[in-house]
Amino acid sequence: MSGATTPRFKDNVHEALRDERLQRALRHSDNFASGRAAAAERLPEFEALRDSARAIKDHTLAHLDLYLEAYERKVAESGGHLHYARDAAEANAIVLDLCKRRGARTVTKGKSMISEEIGLNAALEAAGIEAIETDLGEYIIQLRGEAPSHIIAPAIHLCKADVEADFRRAHRDLPAARDLSQPEQLLAEARAILRDKFLSADVGVTGANFLVAETGTSIIVTNEGNGDLTQILPKAHVVVASLEKIVPTLADAAQLLRVLARSATGQDMTVYTTLSTGPRRPGDQDGPEEYHVVLLDNGRSAMLGSEFEDMLRCIRCGACMNHCPVYHAIGGHAYGWVYPGPMGAVLTPSLIGVAEGGQLPNASTFCGRCEEVCPMRIPLPAMMRHWREREFERRLSPVAARSALGLWAFFAKRPALYRFATDLMTRALRLAGGARGRFSWLPFAGGWTRYRDLAAPQGATFQSRWRARSGAVR
Amino acid sequence: MADAAATPTRPSPRVGLFVTCLVDLMRPSVGFAAVKLLEEAGCKVVVPSQTCCGQPAFNSGDRATARAIARQTIEAFATCDYVVAPSGSCAGMLARHYPGLFVDEPDMAVKANAFAAKCWELASFLVDRLGVAKVSARYEGVVAYHDSCSNLREMGVAGQPRKLLASVDGLRLVELNEANVCCGFGGTFAVKYGELSDAIVAKKSAAVAASGADTLLAGDLGCLLNIAGKMQREGRAVKVRHVAEVLAGMTDDPPIGESAAGARP
Repeated sequence: MSGATTPRFKDNVHEALRDERLQRALRHSDNFASGRAAAAERLPEFEALRDSARAIKDHTLAHLDLYLEAYERKVAESGGHLHYARDAAEANAIVLDLCKRRGARTVTKGKSMISEEIGLNAALEAAGIEAIETDLGEYIIQLRGEAPSHIIAPAIHLCKADVEADFRRAHRDLPAARDLSQPEQLLAEARAILRDKFLSADVGVTGANFLVAETGTSIIVTNEGNGDLTQILPKAHVVVASLEKIVPTLADAAQLLRVLARSATGQDMTVYTTLSTGPRRPGDQDGPEEYHVVLLDNGRSAMLGSEFEDMLRCIRCGACMNHCPVYHAIGGHAYGWVYPGPMGAVLTPSLIGVAEGGQLPNASTFCGRCEEVCPMRIPLPAMMRHWREREFERRLSPVAARSALGLWAFFAKRPALYRFATDLMTRALRLAGGARGRFSWLPFAGGWTRYRDLAAPQGATFQSRWRARSGAVR
Repeated sequence: MADAAATPTRPSPRVGLFVTCLVDLMRPSVGFAAVKLLEEAGCKVVVPSQTCCGQPAFNSGDRATARAIARQTIEAFATCDYVVAPSGSCAGMLARHYPGLFVDEPDMAVKANAFAAKCWELASFLVDRLGVAKVSARYEGVVAYHDSCSNLREMGVAGQPRKLLASVDGLRLVELNEANVCCGFGGTFAVKYGELSDAIVAKKSAAVAASGADTLLAGDLGCLLNIAGKMQREGRAVKVRHVAEVLAGMTDDPPIGESAAGARP
């Protein structure tokens, strides 16, 4: 249904770890973390801003109905149209209908994770409409027929040489002998090709980083300016956004902007921060004739009031994945659906179900670095644990794991029996492995010893030695 | 119940050692090193009958079992002024997660909160609570200290063990690259996602090797078993020990994963 490969997560991991090209690209992905640290260091009030950002979103979520109504009114007052979409199919149908009414043949797109979530490009292409990604990273992966591997750096899994090869393959009209060895040359080539597309597009689709209830404004942040050309040049601008993007006021949005780029790329601000309020007004020099917002729910309203509500504070900065040892090891595609990293591990089961997405919240060491850097202070490990609880309650966890846990729990709840049994076991293991000090293979421990040696116990347990030393009765 | 209200300022605090299941089963010498450090700092150490902090159940989504074990642990240490664990992970479970297990049981929640408030990780108990500034120990070697995630992010432990290590004669401390990054252990994660865990610990192993240290120390035996197991599989000759062993000057037992003969196949 979702098209997710998340149920095959372990296979994905296996492939990702063996993919030398991917591993080479991932080696350069630490720059975001150092950038974020430096940006936070430069701003004395950064921690206070995080508290304020969390408070803004908590307040908004507590009164989401009121702010949605206010936003809807303001969009209408400014001449725009708001469309509610319960799920991906409804959202795609609305966008398709808007395109068809305009007779659109070409749609330019700014970077939008919601568009990925609903599979908008496939829906447009099935209707014979050409969708062109205009963010450089998105443009590259569109040429490759891939999904983004990171929510703010969609092509982070690629190296420069990969992009050069893709451009030579896709841009066949250009001289084969041209020099594409420098990043600037790749950028210039993409820019030249996209320029024509911007001018010929009938509809421009963007996402939104914030939707402002006070004014009916949608805000996007970009570093390339492609978003501006996407939403200003075509006759119609369609914003696809999910309902938790609402913030009460422009001042609130400004607060959130102060933590967003710093947490994401380490920039104080992105290069462009663009506000759109309604279509072109009489006397405006540019702007679209029509302005639409497709507001997507797709499972989010069900998260309100649940133990996953905090996740709706997420502003999609990507800091959690930039600091995640699991993401760094395997990249984003292995997660198998739209959202990778810790935020994806929490969000994916919410949006496609725990039966399909349940692997992700399990595949965490709970190292806590994601929560440490999350600008919205989302307790990501605690929410992954909530998913494990739901899995356990519904008996979705693997039988072997449940049995092992049950056996362990039987002893762990009976201290005297536990002391007796573990003392026997550790003495036996000492006899078996003591001469070398460790095992390179042990039955029932293959998950460990396939990759690492396992130290042999020192012999009798601490508790048994302590009792012997203190002269207590066993 | 009178004991529960014991004053923490009395000269010889009664410290319950929560030895942790890994130390109990795999490396009792760490437990005895902890006892020595606590006794030298003037504590009366007791070891109530215990099993595990309950993390395997808690992190596998089995709250009922985690609650049962928490209840049992809280009762077992009822007469102690403090509960000290040679592990940031287990101390984090006792101090940070037990209270949340009883949100629906007000009576138990009160007990769990009081219990949590008296739980400490070993190095921070010595430095922050008892004011220990140095130890009398000698260790010849270049030592890297690995920050376990729980110590770093749940228990606020980073400077305390380094401060004590700085007072060990003959010891030179070096820092690891990416010291605040996880080693990939993660409890049952290491087995459930062995291949992924292996990829993460391989980076840590490389960082230890690059540091030039001949000895790796940490405050959590889980991380240590993981890193030692990986480095030994890779044939890297670095001695791996719990930090308490070096601080207590109790390094007669062979390092983790090595034999008394000292042979390194």
